[in-house]
Amino acid sequence: MSLLADTLRWFADPAHWRGSDAIQIRILEHLELSGLAVLVACAIALPVGLYLGHTGRFGFVAVNVANVGRALPSLALLAFALPISFAVGLGLGFWPTLIAVVPLAIPPVLTNAYVGLRNVDRDVIEAARGMGLSEGGVLRRVELPLALPLILSGIRTGAVNVVATATLGALVAGGGLGRYIVDGLALQEYDRLFAGALLVALLAIAVEVAFSTFERAATSPGIRAERGAF
Amino acid sequence: MTEGEPLIRWDWIAGHLDEIAFRLGQHVELTVIAVGAGLLIAFGLSLLILRTPWLEAPITWVTGTLYTIPSLALFALLVPVTGLSVLTAEIGLVSYTLLILIRNIIRGIRGVPADVREAAVGMGYTRRQLLWRIEVPLALAVIIAGVRLATISTIGLVTVTSLIGQGGFGFLILIGIQRFFSTELIVGAVLSVALAICADALLVLLQRRLTPWARLA
Repeated sequence: MSLLADTLRWFADPAHWRGSDAIQIRILEHLELSGLAVLVACAIALPVGLYLGHTGRFGFVAVNVANVGRALPSLALLAFALPISFAVGLGLGFWPTLIAVVPLAIPPVLTNAYVGLRNVDRDVIEAARGMGLSEGGVLRRVELPLALPLILSGIRTGAVNVVATATLGALVAGGGLGRYIVDGLALQEYDRLFAGALLVALLAIAVEVAFSTFERAATSPGIRAERGAF
Repeated sequence: MTEGEPLIRWDWIAGHLDEIAFRLGQHVELTVIAVGAGLLIAFGLSLLILRTPWLEAPITWVTGTLYTIPSLALFALLVPVTGLSVLTAEIGLVSYTLLILIRNIIRGIRGVPADVREAAVGMGYTRRQLLWRIEVPLALAVIIAGVRLATISTIGLVTVTSLIGQGGFGFLILIGIQRFFSTELIVGAVLSVALAICADALLVLLQRRLTPWARLA
């Protein structure tokens, strides 16, 4: 297979490990954008999801947010983000990409936080209240630890979505690994294209595996991991 | 996005209805083929899993991994092999439907009450009759729920295939981004979301039509 040989040669070329288009720089750009997007999404979605889950209000909204989230086409989000970014003077590149990917992480985080809290056995919460825990105490010391596996798996789904979609940022002159794919397609350089695609795929799988490992480590051994809503 | 240019130029839309209609056709075609082929493959794999349960883990692992690979990366990996073609787009699109469809088909068929199955066997149904006359109809609501999800996500993913020369409404988005022309990209984005909503509504109607007994419950 000459394609594989070409791709290997592409990776071996020291020129691809130097300068502003270096592989490690592109990976860092990709992770920087994705990390910030997941943090922003959590900052928005976790408080809302935890509040709705704790009080049990607006369950209809929380569950439907997930379905709407699945319908959001990533390229359309980018299309909407671009005029917004220009309107507020943030221009091309990093910011429109960030605006486009944050909404992809919000639905799974919000819905899993809500479902995680709702799934906590009502008797346990009753018992906690009976023992004199405040509402905040119930949330922090009972509901959160029990819901943690589901909350984390929501964040994992969101993170994988974000890493996948951050690739499209290259279309609006952003950095990240999408550069290799978009440039490879434009220049018809299939070694660059294939290498970029491989890097993105591996990064997404690595994020998935890293989060799964973290989830297992962070889950209290007393509770069996339940299957997530996603 | 250019100074002095309105966000939407209605005269552009009026002058490009042919183009928009063509992209609509392309979008629907790519989606229907992907979900149709996905459903056939998923159904076959599901039957295989139901008969040989140890296959469930490897098949779920493979379809799950495919699902995790970002769409643009999957299309890009295929381009050197199958070129900038409809085939490349469809292989990618079909891959993404499998996880959702298999999960729902299996959940649906496993959810058929054992009593019902026993009664059918007692009445002399063969394995094939049991599948087509009892299990599939009773699982239909769950299966169609899977088809709805697969259709919505496929309609979104079709927009990404614009990068490999296909794309439906995604083509308008891509050209809009490249030309810095907000009308075209907004038209593409709004119509692809609208198409997803319409397709979902149609499938809900189809499900009501196909499972009239569900309304009584």
